[in-house]
Amino acid sequence: MYTQAMDIPDAATKPAGVSRTPDAQDAAFEARIDADGRIEPQDWMPEAYRKTLVRQISQHAHSEIVGMLPEGNWISRAPSLKRKAILIAKVQDEGGHGLYLYSAAETLGTSRDQMLDALHSGKAKYSSIFNYPTLSWADVGVIGWLVDGAAIMNQIPLCRCSYGPYARAMVRVCKEESFHQRQGYEALLVMMKGSDAQKAMVQDAVNRWWWKCLAMFGPPDADSPHSAQGQRWGIKRISNDELRQKFVDATVPQAEVLGVTLPDPDLKWNEDRQHYDYGQIDWAEFWATVEGDGPCNRERLATRVKAHRDGQWVRDAALAHARKQQERTNKEAA
Amino acid sequence: MNAPVDYLLHLADNAVVLGQRNAEWCGHGPILEEDIALANVSLDHIGQARLLYQLAAARMGGGASEDSLAYFRDETGFRNYTLLELPHHGPLVGYAASDRDYAVTIVRNFFYGALMVLVWDGLTRSADADLAAIAAKSLKEARYHLHHAADWVVRLGDGTDESHARAQAAVDHLFRYTEEFWLPSPAETEAVAAGVGVDVASLRADWNALVDETLAEATLSRPTVRGYVPEGKLGRHSEHLGYLLGEMQGLARAHPGATW
Repeated sequence: MYTQAMDIPDAATKPAGVSRTPDAQDAAFEARIDADGRIEPQDWMPEAYRKTLVRQISQHAHSEIVGMLPEGNWISRAPSLKRKAILIAKVQDEGGHGLYLYSAAETLGTSRDQMLDALHSGKAKYSSIFNYPTLSWADVGVIGWLVDGAAIMNQIPLCRCSYGPYARAMVRVCKEESFHQRQGYEALLVMMKGSDAQKAMVQDAVNRWWWKCLAMFGPPDADSPHSAQGQRWGIKRISNDELRQKFVDATVPQAEVLGVTLPDPDLKWNEDRQHYDYGQIDWAEFWATVEGDGPCNRERLATRVKAHRDGQWVRDAALAHARKQQERTNKEAA
Repeated sequence: MNAPVDYLLHLADNAVVLGQRNAEWCGHGPILEEDIALANVSLDHIGQARLLYQLAAARMGGGASEDSLAYFRDETGFRNYTLLELPHHGPLVGYAASDRDYAVTIVRNFFYGALMVLVWDGLTRSADADLAAIAAKSLKEARYHLHHAADWVVRLGDGTDESHARAQAAVDHLFRYTEEFWLPSPAETEAVAAGVGVDVASLRADWNALVDETLAEATLSRPTVRGYVPEGKLGRHSEHLGYLLGEMQGLARAHPGATW
């Protein structure tokens, strides 16, 4: 669904530095980056580039599978069969995104098991937006509209990222995400034409998610240590603040059509800037959540860990059966 | 020739209840690939339920809709097999809490999948053209569901000591619920007489063959069944359906008349 990776280092990872070995490989790599070319798995790449990508892609994959939980929370209670089917398909898409992002990261020499261990031990991060609870059915629509909308702003530039497997995975992810966003918005439009209770449900969900979505773009550019390197490598092409502004400008008219109020008294059109001004984001709350002290961090991670642990015997059975099959085949061949 | 509405509801209720159950694994699967596969199976079932409810609603008239049938009928109105409403764990009372057991999920999908490839195949020849069209689509899905479940029955049965024990326990727990398959309900009898339904008793030998072949490959044994025969398709259910429907229908019922 979304990654903040360039901005939030894993607990045990130092910010990546640039390898400056002045040899031919390095020169070829740099030349290809300068020419806006693609780096492929078999190509030589600096260790820092590889590490940064593994971190960013795996964080993105983790975000997808942790992101299944807040929306999965409403599958059993979806108020119509059509919405139930749409929601199952959406959460399933997120699982699919996780799958091909883990695969993209594996091309860099890190196994899915290693990445999952890093998630389960708390070493690897995932998008902090999923550490907030989904409290009503309207949250499902608002997550589609705003959270996926913010994710798309972040992810479209990644379709041109310098690492080939990631860029190609992102083309498909972005297509599906924009479909999710339209579905979310459409669900809200229907609710806003409904009863007062339904309208109140939508407004309440917008109130709870708006500021969290603005924070999804990561800290202001002045406080964002990795962005310069990320831009150089074509891993992150547009700054946090630029993306955030783009998101606000796109969302305000959508909120008007929907008939909801965005909960920011400072939100207004600035004729000089030709952009909307917006109020102060509560970064203390954001960082507390990133650091593990948000409303649902413990539940999200513990649920992933439990699913993995409870599934161990199933994975063991599949491996044992495959091994026995192989032995039987070998015996027949002998 | 139209199939009796109760017959359509039986098929639809089966699909919606199992779809609801299998979706409970979404985000909690033992491996990401299985999480996605089960969501897919669940989606197929919800899709089948929608088509069948839409057909039933059109024939019932009086403002009935797929959602009024799924969300605003009570337990006794549901005509699904009891097998499909059971939670993903061994035999426990309705309000007991327990971890989900993937073996129960898989064995249930296997028993039901083996039945439905036969039922849908028979219904492709139904004199009810609308039902035959739904059957043609559903048959393709049921073949995949059976394939998926049977593969896993073999993996679990032939895998480790633990997986074998869990799979056998699931077979022992669920097998008697399959007895309900073979006892024709009044709706089924009516449908067969009208040439629109499938005579379930006639499917038993083929079902046995499908099931026995896979259980043998999985080194699992088939328990002897006696006593209680469930009657979910007559509207008499286990303690578990009330909880399932309570969760599924709660939000819709809190806002009667709302459009979503």
